[in-house]
Amino acid sequence: MRSSRGLKAVGRNVLRKDGVEKVSGAARYIDDLSFPNLLHARTIRSTIPSGHVVDIQYHGDTTGFTIVDHRDVPGRNIVALIDDDQPCLAERTIRHFAEPIVLLAHENRERLNAVDVQIAYREATPNFDPAASKTSFKTIAIEKGSLDEGFAAADVVVEGEYRAGHQEQLYIEPNGAIAVPAGGGITLYGSMQCPYYVHRALKVLLGLPDHKVRVIQTETGGGFGGKEEYPSMIAGHAALLALKAGRPVKLVYDRVEDMVATTKRHPAVIHHRTGVTRDGRLTAIDIDALFDGGAYATLSAVVLSRGLIHASGPYRCDHVRIRGRAVMTNTPPNGAFRGFGAPQTQLAAEIHMDRIAGQLGLDPVRVREINALRPGDTTATGQRLGDCSALQVLRAAVERSAFKRRRRALAGTNRGIGLALFFHGSGFTGGGEVALASKASLALTGRGARIFVASTEIGQGTRTMHAQIVADTLGVPYDCVEVNAADTGEVPNSGPTVASRTCMVVGRILQRCAEEMRERLGTLTPGEYLRTHGPLVITKQYEKSSAIAWDDHSYRGDAYGSYGWACDVVEVEVDPDTWQVKPTAFTTVHEIGKAIHPMLASGQIEGGSAQGIGYALFEEVVMRDGRMANCQLTNYIVPTTLDTPAIDVVMLENPYKHGPFGAKGVGEMPIDGPAPAIINALRHMGIDLREIPATPEKIMAASAERTGSGITKSRSARRYTKPSSKTLHALREKP
Amino acid sequence: MLFVRSPRVIFSLNGKRTRTNAHPMKRLLDVLREDCGLTGTKEGCGEGECGACTVLLNGAPVNSCLVPLVHAAGSRVTTIEALGGRHRLQRAFVEHGGAQCGICTPGMIMAAIALGPRPSIEGIRAGLAGNLCRCTGYSSIYRSIADASRRALVRPAQKHAAFERRARRAR
Ligand code: FES
Ligand code: FES
Repeated sequence: MRSSRGLKAVGRNVLRKDGVEKVSGAARYIDDLSFPNLLHARTIRSTIPSGHVVDIQYHGDTTGFTIVDHRDVPGRNIVALIDDDQPCLAERTIRHFAEPIVLLAHENRERLNAVDVQIAYREATPNFDPAASKTSFKTIAIEKGSLDEGFAAADVVVEGEYRAGHQEQLYIEPNGAIAVPAGGGITLYGSMQCPYYVHRALKVLLGLPDHKVRVIQTETGGGFGGKEEYPSMIAGHAALLALKAGRPVKLVYDRVEDMVATTKRHPAVIHHRTGVTRDGRLTAIDIDALFDGGAYATLSAVVLSRGLIHASGPYRCDHVRIRGRAVMTNTPPNGAFRGFGAPQTQLAAEIHMDRIAGQLGLDPVRVREINALRPGDTTATGQRLGDCSALQVLRAAVERSAFKRRRRALAGTNRGIGLALFFHGSGFTGGGEVALASKASLALTGRGARIFVASTEIGQGTRTMHAQIVADTLGVPYDCVEVNAADTGEVPNSGPTVASRTCMVVGRILQRCAEEMRERLGTLTPGEYLRTHGPLVITKQYEKSSAIAWDDHSYRGDAYGSYGWACDVVEVEVDPDTWQVKPTAFTTVHEIGKAIHPMLASGQIEGGSAQGIGYALFEEVVMRDGRMANCQLTNYIVPTTLDTPAIDVVMLENPYKHGPFGAKGVGEMPIDGPAPAIINALRHMGIDLREIPATPEKIMAASAERTGSGITKSRSARRYTKPSSKTLHALREKP
Repeated sequence: MLFVRSPRVIFSLNGKRTRTNAHPMKRLLDVLREDCGLTGTKEGCGEGECGACTVLLNGAPVNSCLVPLVHAAGSRVTTIEALGGRHRLQRAFVEHGGAQCGICTPGMIMAAIALGPRPSIEGIRAGLAGNLCRCTGYSSIYRSIADASRRALVRPAQKHAAFERRARRAR
């Protein structure tokens, strides 16, 4: 790591701002709050995936209840986001299981739960198959060069189809909100990533002006994208009840409701057709992706966009076509989840890369070395890369994990080693940051400064990392920088806390505020300045660097201001009796510009990698008739201490000139790599799997396809019979 | 809740004799959070899978979402609030990134206390297998616990000035 010369806070592991509160149990999460006269709330949801509401009957004593349905919406009955297609409360049409229809509130929870609401429906035929869907939320095509030319130059064409299932974010704190009526408007407290998303949604739903809606983020127990857009829905519900009752209303989901009703990662099917020369050079890449958006558009259009831009992986190729659709099915809407489309598409790209290597008889490192993007190369959207660390991370990871030696050593055993090379764009896609026009403010205090941003602390260390940036820019100690709560009544709109943008984009705006503040201070201390000149608040807005150009129409140009680069190497062991896969060693090398707080940054990488291991192996959302059948922690399995190997994290720094102190994004990238690395480790053992999660059933089936081979079932000799070259060949040829 | 007067349950909560009229079958988790006002103990699943609700019952870790109040009658219940923010494990969790979003942290620390003074890495992994953390990938939690036990051995009484200052401010 580069030494942080002259920096007192940046690059050091200062104590996190919210640490003491969190370890002492003093931090207040939404369910820890209470208000006088508080009502508890309950959501009545559809029990069919498609059809119409015919009749609603209440059984039990509803005296003293506040009951809300779509007719109580004073503004527009939508969850305002991109397409505005999703009602906050269903009117007649039901498009998915667990769609909210009626809201109940009462001060006594036992009475609240004792009422039985019966809804009669006229059912329609649901569609659960994305391939058969007639409704597209978004279609995107990225084109570069000419496929005909590219395939004409190819010696070999490799084709394959890859699949990824849903994934549940599984923040440990479920979604929740409290709405408090205030002066003809509403104050909303909640667990969330994006206070201004909720602010806008409430204004539209309630028909209220800006100043009548105030949104305050409470300590948030994890988000991972799951609290990007969904809180707008639950906030709307709490607010409708609170306004009707004229009393504060608390709506906190239990785990089952949270899993059944809220958004998940989009399942995807991705088809690759690639032309390569005999010596391993990519000549043509043709990709087709299908994302299952679920019943409403939510963020599907932008998830698809990020997914497709990352679909060809960190590789150079002159002739590329990437097409994709996000379509509607009668399942609960899918939405934001760390990675945002890129984990699905890079899973496909990296499994495909190993299959290309296998087909050409090259080793996986060699084929990536030949094709990895280099500085000066262009991406699929035609973005010319100034900096690019693809080769560096690949070489560092290969060396650190002793990949080549281990690969030889493990050959023919019930263990395997695989790698994945990947990248991730920081910030909003394309012109997104310009459209957001984010703001940040810095106010001078007697000791230093106070930060006002809408960026939320959701565990990743927002408060700490922003304070470090301000402290070193302003030249005051880290402890003298305070961070205001993310309260729309007090902070400007800094955009959502998503897309690995909080450090690079919002951090940079704050840095500009601090630079100006430092100039204004001159030789005065903060205290002296306040005494002579009075209060000082500096607000700045996002400024696009002139070097960034994007055309949304043709999907060409600079898709992201910068990219992070990473490589994962994973060793796995397969139990010959249960077919269970256990990751035994995990090395990851990430190039993230500059680690403002190395421990927090590596915490993001470790945590994201663990989530990626879950995505690869355990986390299976079982959908039965459009309903999540395993909506409990008993049967939706996330990695525990026993499933998570030690993760060896290496961070490389290659400062990005438009990021604060050179920083780029880090939050999302770590989840792109583990799944393909693990699947490639299975491929190393001769198991041809092209789908996640790699459950024992799927591995058994994939192994059974290889006649006469497989992992031997003997405990004494945990060796596996090497498949004959013929079966291997057949495997590789299967498209 | 039944509309009859519940018998009184008496237990020791963080060293203080506590009596409550809450229903004997009410979950200990709810009694702590609602009747005793101690919200440091969290609910992540309500079904004994996540460990966010871990407290010590007579020194042993339990999921308080699975324990009816009556089971705690006459027992010692210890929650995160008992540590006052000064326990060496708490300090180590702040210094080593063991807490990110923090929702699992109180339960994690209570479970870690039950590991004893110098747990091995395998002992930590086995002992925390019932405590889910979705943020950290667990490594930083191991580092926090390892550091706390190192400290216990080397310089048990030493105070970390910055930490103490902040702990005081938070209280
Ligand atoms: S809330 Fe008790 S174990 Fe999850
Ligand atoms: S720190 Fe967020 S769940 Fe553990």
